[in-house]
Amino acid sequence: MKPRAALLAVLALAATVARAEIPEAERRSGYHDMGPSVQAMQDDDAANPGTLWLLQGEALWDRRQGAAAKSCADCHGAASGLAGVAARYPAFSGVSSRPIDLEQRINLCRTDNQKADAWAYESRELLSLSAYVARQSRDLPIAPPADPRLAPFLAAGADLFARRQGQLNLSCAQCHDDNHGKKLAAATIPQAHPTGYPIYRLEWQSLGSLQRRLRNCLIGMRAEPYAYGAPEYVDLELYLMSRARGMPLEAPGVRP
Amino acid sequence: MSRPDLVAAGLVASIVVWGPSPLAAQGLRTYVANGDSISVSLTGRPGDPEKGRAVVANRQVGLCLLCHTGPIPEERFQGSLAPELSGAGSRWSEGQLRLRIVDAARINPATIMPPYYRTQGLTRVARSFVDKPILSAEQIEDVVAYLTTLKD
Ligand code: HEC
Ligand code: HEC
Ligand code: HEC
Repeated sequence: MKPRAALLAVLALAATVARAEIPEAERRSGYHDMGPSVQAMQDDDAANPGTLWLLQGEALWDRRQGAAAKSCADCHGAASGLAGVAARYPAFSGVSSRPIDLEQRINLCRTDNQKADAWAYESRELLSLSAYVARQSRDLPIAPPADPRLAPFLAAGADLFARRQGQLNLSCAQCHDDNHGKKLAAATIPQAHPTGYPIYRLEWQSLGSLQRRLRNCLIGMRAEPYAYGAPEYVDLELYLMSRARGMPLEAPGVRP
Repeated sequence: MSRPDLVAAGLVASIVVWGPSPLAAQGLRTYVANGDSISVSLTGRPGDPEKGRAVVANRQVGLCLLCHTGPIPEERFQGSLAPELSGAGSRWSEGQLRLRIVDAARINPATIMPPYYRTQGLTRVARSFVDKPILSAEQIEDVVAYLTTLKD
């Protein structure tokens, strides 16, 4: 696709999606669907269990690793220099010829720049560093890149969001666009904005990625979850970020 | 299943009697839908309302209370996505209830109520549930028998 045509496609998609989407003034983070005690836990760094991962992320940032014996800091300087980065991922990667998410970008620096092995998805290290990098963007508005190369992937994510899946034959949109605010048994259905990731989830007793959260919903729908790192998750993340554009990041969030 | 397919299936269902072969091929009992109802028991026998209540109450088996509220006070957290089940037995005939459980999309193609007795036209079903209906024919008859007791 020519860049201009692709840009028009992005705009057209934004326009068609905007109709079905939750109106901008009514968008709310899952934070507002939680009880005050969980909100307080997220707000207070001393009480937020995600802080433990941040501290480990900070230590890893400075640690020289891999055959290159380089730390993240050696190349990037202070982590605060990456402010805003988490707010614009997934981003297009020339190496992969498709969008990659923040975890995949960090792993790319592991393998290509540190000459070390990639970290496993949901490993303590990868979660810690992605939380630490995401923390640098706290309170910044989600700002998906206006990159025409992302258009087909964004469209694929929007399509997946609206597709019925699994034995229960439900789509993400049926819960998160059409029925947010209502109760699914004890849980209030949130609008599914990816503002807090990685999150500390009380049910997990751990920090976890957006992909882990999406797997949980797929399993609830009795759909076969994709493998970690699957392009479908990144397309969905891309769509969720675009749907939440302008909303402030709050990582690491706490969720029930 | 895409939305247009669902619409098509819903329209077809309202006028056509399902032949035995497609259901038999899915390993399901055959049934005949007339309009918005299946008047004959899937098992040929009446169900057991007490067992049906247990299925409805169990959120891993019936899943009903994830979405519905119902007169089952020992289940504290009930959903708010769907109508209250109390009174369903006076709003609907036994046959209408049966079709609503078997495949609610045949009445409302846009429904979020899962198809409890259908294995076709679904996408990416988790491996452990492939080719299995959500409830067995016996469980459906038990649930229908329970719902018909919910007169007010
Ligand atoms: C049956 C309804 C339902 C469906 C279908 C569903 N979800 Fe969810 N989702 C929920 C509920 C309920 C929660 C909150 C869970 C909790 O608090 O226990 C949630 C949470 C989320 C969150 C976390 C939001 C936050 O504030 O942290 C995201 C993101 C999400 N879902 C995305 C999806 C996607 C993508 C799909 C489709 C693949 C999907 N969901 C399908 C009910 C659903
Ligand atoms: C040898 C130098 C080097 C090391 C070591 C290194 N990086 Fe990078 N990193 C880069 C370069 C070069 C880029 C690409 C910048 C660009 O594309 O504009 C990059 C890009 C990134 C990005 C994306 C920035 C953006 O603006 O899109 C993140 C996030 C990142 N690195 C995190 C890390 C982390 C975390 C570590 C430690 C595990 C690390 N990097 C180690 C050189 C390095
Ligand atoms: C994912 C949510 C969901 C689940 C799970 C669910 N339903 Fe429903 N059900 C609905 C909705 C929504 C309606 C309203 C009609 C429609 O939208 O199709 C409905 C309608 C009904 C009706 C007709 C209600 C009326 O009186 O108008 C009955 C009876 C019913 N469901 C019974 C059940 C039973 C029994 C179960 C469990 C075996 C169940 N449902 C599971 C969502 C659900």
